Amino acid sequence: MVVSILHRATGVALSIAGLAVLAWWLLAVSSGPDAYATFTKAAASPLGLVVLIGLTWSFFQHLLSGIRHLVMDTGAAFELGVNKTFAILTIVGSVLLTAVLWFYILQVRS
Amino acid sequence: MSLGESSTPIGKVRGLGASGEGGEHWLTERVTSIALLLLGTWLIASLLLLPDLGQRTVLEWLHAPSGAVPMALLIVIGFKHALDGMKVVVDDYVHEPGNNFALNTLLLFLAIGGGALALFALARIAFGGVA
Repeated sequence: MVVSILHRATGVALSIAGLAVLAWWLLAVSSGPDAYATFTKAAASPLGLVVLIGLTWSFFQHLLSGIRHLVMDTGAAFELGVNKTFAILTIVGSVLLTAVLWFYILQVRS
Repeated sequence: MSLGESSTPIGKVRGLGASGEGGEHWLTERVTSIALLLLGTWLIASLLLLPDLGQRTVLEWLHAPSGAVPMALLIVIGFKHALDGMKVVVDDYVHEPGNNFALNTLLLFLAIGGGALALFALARIAFGGVA
């Protein structure tokens, strides 16, 4: 139930904020160093980081619950126990992947 | 009620439900999701493998076909998948036909406009000079 709602919410977030950030980023790269500096300044601000980390988590959550939906489309994993375990694993997985990725970006690379 | 009772003979032949459409939309959503599974993983892996994320580095990466072609696919398939998904959300919550049509049309324009903008930026990177 919760995971199904999360799939929808993260999908909407990725559709609106995710694609807007992607388009802005590409426009900034194509426009030159000045425009790119404006983008990176916004991206590195506290609000920018919250948005980017939120989008990263949304991506992983949507990806993992999307895989869960594909598996369920085949008619598998409808047993209550299996279904619940799979649902919980998508949340554990998305939080873990986001944490590892951003720990690497903020602590190891910079 | 089983499908056999509720559907017309032609509907039964085509496998359609009450809406009269949707089979193709359902399948497209899933096929694009598999493509985005690959392209999304490619994007994150590429960003991690770049030496840095400066404008020059990103420009050179997306100037090469190995960067530009997957990015073009990501834009087109990403906006298509987003549009398909948003339509499901709109159709679930906005039932009044006029509002439903208006919102779905707005989303269509936003998706095509946003996709065109992103593709234009990518084209400028891919076909422009790297000086």
